Amino acid sequence: MAFASIYVPDFMVQAVLRGERSLCGRPVALIDGTPPIENVVAANQAASSAGIKLGMAKSQAAQFCGVGSGVGSGVEIRSRSRTQEKAAHAALLDLGWSVSPRIEDNAPDTIILDISGLASLFGDGHSIANKLVERAASLGLLLHIAIASRIEAAIHAARGFPGITLIPPGKEAKFLAGLPVRVLLPSIEAGETLQRWGIRTCQALGALPVLQLSERLGQEGVRLHELARGASVRSLVLAEPGTVFEEEMELEYAVAELEPLAFLLGRLLDQLCSRLDARSLAASAIRVQFDLRDFVDDDRQVFPATVPAPTSQGSPPALPAALGLSAALNDQPLQKQAPATYHNVLSLPVPMRDSKMLLKLLRLRLQSNPPLASIVKITLAADSAPPRAAQGGLFLPSSPDPEKLELTVARLANLVGAFNIGSPELVDTYRPGEFRMIRFVPPADESKIARRTKAATEPVEQQSESQGHRPACAFRIFRPALPARVELHHGCPARIFIRGRRGKVMAISGPWRSSGDWWREDAWRQEEWDLEIHFDVCSSRTERDSNSGMSHGLYRVYYDLTRQSWFVRGIYD
Amino acid sequence: MAANLAALRSKVELALAGRVPAPFNFRDRNVFPTVSSGIHEIDSLTEGLPRGALTEIFGPPCSGRTSLLFSALGARTAHTEACALIDGCDTFDPHSAQAAGVDLKKLLWVRCRNIEHTLRATDLLLQSGGFGFIALDLGDLPPRVVRHVPLDCWFRFRRAVENTSTILVLLEQESNAKTCASLVLRLEAQPAGWSTTLETCAADASRYSLARLLDGFSVRAEVSRSRIQLQQVNGPHFRDPFHSANKTGASAVFETRANRDSLRSMLAEPRRK
Repeated sequence: MAFASIYVPDFMVQAVLRGERSLCGRPVALIDGTPPIENVVAANQAASSAGIKLGMAKSQAAQFCGVGSGVGSGVEIRSRSRTQEKAAHAALLDLGWSVSPRIEDNAPDTIILDISGLASLFGDGHSIANKLVERAASLGLLLHIAIASRIEAAIHAARGFPGITLIPPGKEAKFLAGLPVRVLLPSIEAGETLQRWGIRTCQALGALPVLQLSERLGQEGVRLHELARGASVRSLVLAEPGTVFEEEMELEYAVAELEPLAFLLGRLLDQLCSRLDARSLAASAIRVQFDLRDFVDDDRQVFPATVPAPTSQGSPPALPAALGLSAALNDQPLQKQAPATYHNVLSLPVPMRDSKMLLKLLRLRLQSNPPLASIVKITLAADSAPPRAAQGGLFLPSSPDPEKLELTVARLANLVGAFNIGSPELVDTYRPGEFRMIRFVPPADESKIARRTKAATEPVEQQSESQGHRPACAFRIFRPALPARVELHHGCPARIFIRGRRGKVMAISGPWRSSGDWWREDAWRQEEWDLEIHFDVCSSRTERDSNSGMSHGLYRVYYDLTRQSWFVRGIYD
Repeated sequence: MAANLAALRSKVELALAGRVPAPFNFRDRNVFPTVSSGIHEIDSLTEGLPRGALTEIFGPPCSGRTSLLFSALGARTAHTEACALIDGCDTFDPHSAQAAGVDLKKLLWVRCRNIEHTLRATDLLLQSGGFGFIALDLGDLPPRVVRHVPLDCWFRFRRAVENTSTILVLLEQESNAKTCASLVLRLEAQPAGWSTTLETCAADASRYSLARLLDGFSVRAEVSRSRIQLQQVNGPHFRDPFHSANKTGASAVFETRANRDSLRSMLAEPRRK
């Protein structure tokens, strides 16, 4: 059995740095608490070297911000983010599951992997450790990794030694000898006692007689003695693989513009896609949630609290203005308080994990359906699904790439409206012209590959499909129906006036009476006629241009019995 | 000398690598693979619709343009190709299209309300790629509006589909794409055909007309311009240089049938008895 322990040093700091890659390598200190009492709770090595101490007040830590000879040597102070710590821990677990299905969730900053039997997949222990470090870098984490045959020995070695540590079986005591006792995480009382005794290292602790140690420190003394010698043996407590992929970001200042929002979304999507990639999964849907900053309107003027009123020209547009929110807000009845959260779901036709593509889709979605206030917290969650596995054929007709098509459809929806694009689907009703729009899915029927291949390659003269085939008479609908004036003769249309033109009815078919949905408000009752109409000749070129200059046509007109009016439904073409 | 020429040629090819695939190979731009339009008479007249080229179909309203378009769409969707229809005036009728054999699930319908949106949507779809058939329906827009579309727009569309397997079809009332179209068809309708049910209605003149049903109408198609040369299986040596020129001015007539699979046919049945 071999176990790999993964430890994230300065976990709280790294969780924040994961969201702000520009701070990597710089001294960073985290503060926590309720203002004005805020203290330093974590600092990385560079910040500690600069003089930052844990427990220091924020005002004291702020003095180190400008200290240093170089520009980048000043200590950066950030607030502790529990949401980012949660996301970083989830990313750490995903990292473990990307290598082994058997992992233990030991602590927020520590996981243990069972790497027995993985040699055929990844190579020896060193190769596995290198792969983990490589993948962790893409997730924005710096790791300490220790591999040992005993779990506790691996955990303590990872906490104590930087980089990669390989401990051969039976050599645990020798490797752990130089580590300080605090890596064993003794209780405060036991730690103080050992300190008074002068026991500083694991080697010194392991050399103590266990019986006397038990008499003085109790069972904890025995446990610490075992741990110090690397002799503790236990089994792995397995963690269940999670299916929730969520990234959150709390913003210190409310975001009110599209560009910075897109920048933040891109960062979160990068992290989300890296986690999905580590688990060999893709996103089938992205769920967006924004916590909005409340704002009050007394005089029906709505502005985000952090954005100045857009009075000055040339200032960057606020999010509502940039996304067309001002007009939308002025048109709709305003509420006393804006909704606290904004939800949107971006459903994807095929699972994908291309963060750039997802960002483009999200931007288009936000432009068409913007939030109603500035944003203070962003939450992105991905519904995971196995990635699309498709094999292209050399002789198949081309089909739109689903990912590219989704982006094109989103752009088109932004242009013409989401309800004006898709595939039409007929509904089970006799109501004239009724249909609904559904999402367009590119055809991919494998059973028809052979037929497609044949059809795509054979020349037109060999295709006999059109021979003896009489094409259907197509119909074009006017939306909305054109109002018309009809003169009747013996109850049948004889003359008609459409779009300012007068026509004589040459042949008719009808009336075809239909009605339905009498229980609804939009019930219909009408008499339809097919008319062949000969129009009077247009006199001027302008009239011909506007009326298409046609001399005759086949129209479908109807008399709406509810509205007592004549309308032209469409034309046969 | 030959060695110098070969070296010079390879040098030029290296310099143009990545920009021009084969600078010294002649490629005839008018050779297009063609596919069936779904109407035998049109196929016989034009050898089908060309892939990788712009086909323009024009004529006044009620001249059979949409019937030809639906036939072509039906043929392409039957072969599981992705098709797109950019509807300039939102006049597409899904019921009629399905009756004409169009598989609506394989059709992306973009409903536009003005010419700017229509042209922009066409640009986006052409750049997206992968569609086997893209139809741009400007059939109900006033001719003066379409006439103001700049020529470079049609040129851009033609260049976008060049060297692809996409069939780009443009429906209008007047021909506007000029030389950018590789095939231009002019359609005009003949008088409509009506069927009567004499048994029940001969005695009553007023009811005689009521028992009529629209049968369909004839359409005359004329090739206004064709720059298509067929791909020859025996190589370019056997190509007839006047093959395409001979088609210009040729015409054919095809019949359309009215859709009888509707409630109207059912209503007409009792009268026939």
